[in-house]
Amino acid sequence: MSQAERRATDRGALFRLTGLIGFLAIWWLAAQAVASPNLLPSPLRVAIYTWHATESGDLPRQMAFTLARVLVAFVIAMAAGSAAGYAMGRSARIDAIADPWLVIALNLPLLLVVILAYIWIGLNDLAAVLAVVAAKAPSVVVTLREGSRALDPGLDDMAAVFRLPYTRRLREVVLPQLAPYLAAAGRSGLSITWKIVLVVELLGRPNGIGFVLNSAFQNFDVTAILAYGLAFAVIMLVVEAGVLQPLERRARAWRGDA
Amino acid sequence: MLEARIAAKRLPSGETLLHDVALAAAPGDIVALLGASGAGKTTTLRILLGLDRSFDGDLRCRAARIGAVFQEPALLPWRTVGDNIRLVTHHAAPTDIAALLRDVGLPEAEALYPRQLSLGMRRRAAVARALAVDPDLLVLDEPFASLDPRMAGLIAERLAVHVRTRGAAIVVAMHDIDRATAFATRILVLSGRPATVAARLELPADASDADRAAIRARLLDSFGFLADAPAAL
Repeated sequence: MSQAERRATDRGALFRLTGLIGFLAIWWLAAQAVASPNLLPSPLRVAIYTWHATESGDLPRQMAFTLARVLVAFVIAMAAGSAAGYAMGRSARIDAIADPWLVIALNLPLLLVVILAYIWIGLNDLAAVLAVVAAKAPSVVVTLREGSRALDPGLDDMAAVFRLPYTRRLREVVLPQLAPYLAAAGRSGLSITWKIVLVVELLGRPNGIGFVLNSAFQNFDVTAILAYGLAFAVIMLVVEAGVLQPLERRARAWRGDA
Repeated sequence: MLEARIAAKRLPSGETLLHDVALAAAPGDIVALLGASGAGKTTTLRILLGLDRSFDGDLRCRAARIGAVFQEPALLPWRTVGDNIRLVTHHAAPTDIAALLRDVGLPEAEALYPRQLSLGMRRRAAVARALAVDPDLLVLDEPFASLDPRMAGLIAERLAVHVRTRGAAIVVAMHDIDRATAFATRILVLSGRPATVAARLELPADASDADRAAIRARLLDSFGFLADAPAAL
């Protein structure tokens, strides 16, 4: 990294820190103005609550339930959505058959999907995960369908003439072209998935961050709502910045100067 | 090794692009397909490669290994030139790849990415990849385009050596009458709308310079438009 690039990175970090401090300052001022800790607790009060919830083990436990659901639903939605999107992008016939299904799936209200999953499958984790997959996979399908339509036909011809085995063709020719689309679907996918998981937990699970938020709502406990909600959002942001963004950069790396 | 009879090839619009085109290549043959741009040369090659099956006629290909150079070099941009060659062959040793690249005038290119090469260099890398599979049949679409005469000569000689030493056959689409008469053992001229074989000329490997000059003159006389065709696509 050159000195100029390092300076630019440092400046970016400084701006982000300024933004964060500004957010906390506005929150603190608003809490002072409202002057009702039950309605809007100060950042310090929420931080102390978060510390106690972490120390007691409840926050990590609830977070583990939610993270497990997010992870399982995310992996299934990405795998199923990618496979379906690839098939639709490659075959006009499959696209014509599946497109009406996709349009319906994209426009189904989330609540409808969750409620029907709980009624038909039962109030269990299978229903919760399938509801999240059904809500998330259609947008993965759309992204991967676009990616598959953009595949270079010249490389397909090359792979066919040189008789590359199917797995090699997929690994060496197709997946590198789809990598930016997979990364984009993954990044947007994770942020949507965890929000859906909270709703699913709120409606029908006996644990997880969504369940805690529901209990806190019943008790009008805004401090707990902010503590659990923000803690989970921070974890998701860390995963996004620490795992998904580097993966996306890697997927696009070959386009730069080697 | 290869026999094709294309009774008709129609475009999606319904227009007939090729009509009654027959082509055969036996071991040792270098068949040059000459024709103006849009005459149907690339479509003919796609049919020969089995990439386009929507035609009336039949195709018999007994080649065990086929190598091809496409009009666009079709190299994987995320792999080095060496890895692009390794992709199509399991058995190419590092020395084989270095030798192939040296033969096509790219001795330093193995670790480079395609975007670091000019179009002409990418085309030569594609020739090296096609040779790497030790093909019985080479199907080449304008392999000499974007190459200077010296480099085109080097590639033509390397391809001719492969034909002589391995008993392979080549079908090559090209514009250049001079190169075709110097390189090919048979020349087919595609012309007309729909395109058909307007001329079929035999040039045995031992044909004298005078014979080749006579055929060149005959081609220029009958198909002068080919001399105006751009050397590079």
